[in-house]
Amino acid sequence: MPDYKDWNWEPDKKIIADVADIGNKYSEVHEFVVSGDGEKIAVPVKTGDGEFTACVNGELWDARFERLWYPRFGPDARLAALVMSDDEWTVGVDGSVWDEKFEYVWNTQFSADGGRIGVQTKKNFQYSVCIDGKPWENTYLSIREFQMSRDGATVAVLAQLEELSEADVFTFLDGTWGVVVDDKPWDDKYMNTWGVTLSDDGRHVGLQVRVDNMKYGIVADGKLWPEIFAHVWEPGFRPGTGSLLAPVKTAGGFALYEDGSPIWDSRFMQIWKLVFSPDANRVCAVVCPEFGRTTVAVDDRAWDITFADVVRDQVFSPDSARVAAITKDNNRWSICVDGKPWPVDFDMVWKPAFSHDGSSVVAKGEQDGKYFVAVDGRVWNQPFEMLWEPIMSPDGAKVLLRYVEGGKYCRRVMPLNEIK
Amino acid sequence: MKYEPRPEVKDDGLDESIKKLTPEKIKETIRFALDKECGARLKVYMDTCVHCGLCATACHQCISHDMDPKYAPVAKVKDTLVEIFKKDCKVSPEFMKLAARIAYIECGGCRRCSMYCPFGIDIAYLLMVVRRICSMLGVVPMYLQDTTNSHSVTYNQMWVQQDEWIDTLQWQEEDAQKVVKTARIPLEKEGADIMYSVIAPEPKILAQLLANAAVIFAVAGLDWTMPATDGWDNSNMAMYSGDFESSGRLERLHHETAMRLKVKKIVMGECGHAFRGAVYDGPRHIGQAYPAVPVIHAIEFYHDLITSGKIKIVKKFKKPVTVQDPCNTVRGRGLGGKLRDLMNWLCEDFRDMNPRFEHNYCCGAGGGVINCGPPWTRNRVVANRTKGDQINATGAEVVVTPCHNCHSGIEDIIKEYAPGTHVKFISELLVDEGCMEIPEHLRPGGD
Repeated sequence: MPDYKDWNWEPDKKIIADVADIGNKYSEVHEFVVSGDGEKIAVPVKTGDGEFTACVNGELWDARFERLWYPRFGPDARLAALVMSDDEWTVGVDGSVWDEKFEYVWNTQFSADGGRIGVQTKKNFQYSVCIDGKPWENTYLSIREFQMSRDGATVAVLAQLEELSEADVFTFLDGTWGVVVDDKPWDDKYMNTWGVTLSDDGRHVGLQVRVDNMKYGIVADGKLWPEIFAHVWEPGFRPGTGSLLAPVKTAGGFALYEDGSPIWDSRFMQIWKLVFSPDANRVCAVVCPEFGRTTVAVDDRAWDITFADVVRDQVFSPDSARVAAITKDNNRWSICVDGKPWPVDFDMVWKPAFSHDGSSVVAKGEQDGKYFVAVDGRVWNQPFEMLWEPIMSPDGAKVLLRYVEGGKYCRRVMPLNEIK
Repeated sequence: MKYEPRPEVKDDGLDESIKKLTPEKIKETIRFALDKECGARLKVYMDTCVHCGLCATACHQCISHDMDPKYAPVAKVKDTLVEIFKKDCKVSPEFMKLAARIAYIECGGCRRCSMYCPFGIDIAYLLMVVRRICSMLGVVPMYLQDTTNSHSVTYNQMWVQQDEWIDTLQWQEEDAQKVVKTARIPLEKEGADIMYSVIAPEPKILAQLLANAAVIFAVAGLDWTMPATDGWDNSNMAMYSGDFESSGRLERLHHETAMRLKVKKIVMGECGHAFRGAVYDGPRHIGQAYPAVPVIHAIEFYHDLITSGKIKIVKKFKKPVTVQDPCNTVRGRGLGGKLRDLMNWLCEDFRDMNPRFEHNYCCGAGGGVINCGPPWTRNRVVANRTKGDQINATGAEVVVTPCHNCHSGIEDIIKEYAPGTHVKFISELLVDEGCMEIPEHLRPGGD
C-alpha cells in the first residue's frame, strides 16, 4: 500500500470541490467516491443524451461513454471505472481506457499499492479475468470470487471447470467447480467451492469446499485437510506465513483450526470472520457463545458482553494489543472496544480505527440523516452532509476528515484532541 | 369410497438416488438427524399427536382428493416419521422414495393444518424433518435439488451469472426511465436507507418487475440501492430441500450484503417464502434468533408508502379482483389486514376469497413444491382443485398474488379450473395499470 505517511498531515482545511455545483450542472449525478488521501472526489455524471463520464474534482474526463459506473479509487488514488461504448465494456483509468473490450466487465480489484487493476470479464459467453488491460489466455464456463494477492502478482478465481446440463444433479455431485490460479486450473473439482483466499505473498491458496452432500472441508494449496467437517466458513492465512486458519463445525460445535488441527479449546455455536493482529500472533473472530447471542473471541477468550443482533468488522490496534468491533443490539449500532461498549449508539456506524498507539478509537456514525465523528465513545457535535471514514495519522495525534459541508467537499486534518 | 393409488411419476432425483442407498446408510443418517438435530420439539409433537384426524379438513391436498385419507397431514406423518420410529430407522430405499414424495410433493409446509390441530402441533415441521433426512440422503426431487445446487454455487436459485444480474438492472433502469425520467437503480450505494432484494425469477424471466420497483422508489423519493454482487437473491429453496447448511449460507450472505452496504433495512419484493427465509427460519440456521437487518415485505412497504403519502393512488383497477394470501406473510406474519387495505385502495371491485386471511388455502406451489418442476406439475394442479373452486366462487377476473410461488402456482391452477382469469402482482397494479400517480414533473418530457 502507498505509504500514507507521505500524505499531507499538516493540520489544515482544504475545499477540494463544489459538489452542489456539480449536482446543478448535470442532469444525472450518481454516487460520489473519494480517494484515500482525501485529495480527490469523483462521480459519474450524465453529460448528454445517453452520454456519461467521470467528474473528478469538478473536471470531466475527456472521453464520453454510453455508460460509466462503479468508479473506485485505488490505493494510489488512480480512478478506475467500468465504461461502455458501442455496446462493449472495458475499464477506464484516470480517463484512459484499456484497448481490450468485452461483453461485460465487473468487480474491480486493486493490488495493495494500487499498481495492478483487475476485473472479471465475459466474452462470447465465456468468463475470464483481465489485469491491467491484459486478459488471461483461457476462458471458463463461469467464474466467481476473483481474488488478487496484496502484491498483485497472483490472481485466483473459483471457476466452473465442467459442463453441467440443466438439472443434472448427478454430474454436480461429482464436482464441476475448482480453483484457477494465474490462469492455471487445479486438477481437483468439488461440488462447491467458496471463500478462496491468498496469502499476502500470493504463494499460498486456501478455500472452503464441499466434497459430498453433507461433507465439507478446507483445501490448502490443493490439499484437502484430512478431517472432514459438518460445515466450514471462510479460511484466512496467518500474515507472513503459509498457515491457514478456518472455522469448522465439529461434533462439539464450531472450532477454530489451523493447518488441520484445533487451536482453540472453546467450541461455539458459530465462528466466522477471522481477523489477524498486525504482528500475526493473535486472531479474533465473531462467535456465538449461545443461540441468538454474538460477540468477539480473541485468542480463544470470548468477551463477557454479548449482543443480540450483530457483531462485525473487528479491528486490532496497530500494537496488536486491543480489539474494537461494530455491534448492534435492539437495532441500534455502536462500537465495543475490548468488551466495553461505547455509551453512545447510532442509526448506523462504520468500521472503527485505532490511533497508532492504540489509545484511541475513532468511527463514523449516522444519526437522523446526518453524519458524525466519534472518538472513544464521545460524539463530536459537528454534523456533516456526507462523511467518509476518518483516517488516523501515523503519529496518532491527528485525524483526516473527508466530508461535504455546505455543498463543498473538504479535506481536513485536525488534532484528535480537538474532536470533542 | 375407493381412492386411487398415487399416480406414477418419474423423477430421477428420487428414482435414481435411492439406488445408491443401503439400509445401513439410511439408518445411520436418520439416527444422526433424530438424535443430533431434533430435540424435545420432535419428541413432544410425536408423543402428543392422538391421530384424531382433525387436520385432514385443513389440507387443500386432502380436500382436493375428496378427503382421501392418505393425503391427511396426520397420515403423512404416520406414513413417514411414525414408521421410522416404529422400525427403529430400519427402513428401505423404496420407503425413502415414498417418504420424499410425501414430504416434498404432498406437503408444502403451509402450516394451515397446525391451526386445526387441537394441540397446535406444527405438523409442517414434522414433514420438514423428513425433508431434512431425505436431503441428507440425497433423495430430493431433481428440479428442487437443482435449484438448491444453484443456490449453493451462485447464491441465487436460477443460475443467474453475476454479469447477467448487473446488466439486467442497468437495462431495467433504462426501461424505468421511460416512465419516470428520474428513475434509477442505484447499484452499490453505500449508506442508502434501503437495500431492495428480489428473487431470481425477476432478473431471469420477470425483469419488468425490477423496472416497476425503480418507478415506485423514484416516485416515493426514497434512498435505496441494490447490490452488484451475490447476495441480491432473497429466496431460499435450500431451506425447503432440507439443505440447512446452504440455507444458512444464503441467509448469511443476504444480510451480510445489506450490512456491507450500510443500509438500515431490507425491503423485499413480492415473495412469501423468501420472507420466511430471511426473517424467521433462515437466521436460525446460523445461530441467530432475529434477522441481522430488519426486513420489510412488499405488502408492508406499499402500505406504508400509501399511508404516509409518499405515493398517491389516483385510479382504481376496474376488473373484479380477488387476492391470494401468501402463507408465509399472512399466516406466518399477519399481513392479511394490510393486504386487504391495499386491495380496497387499488381495486374498484375487490372480492375476497372464502376462507381468507390465515385460514386461506395455500396456493399449493410454495414450500418448494413448484420447484420440484415439470414432472410434478399435473400432480400439483390436481392436488389444489380447492384453490380453483375458491377463485371461481369469487367471480374475479384477476387474482392478485403478492408472492412468486403463489403467482406461478395459481397461473397453473387457473389454466385448469378458471380459464380466462389472470394473475397480477401488486406492483403491476401500481405501475402498469396506472393506479399510482406519476407526477407530471417526473414524466419524460415533463417539467
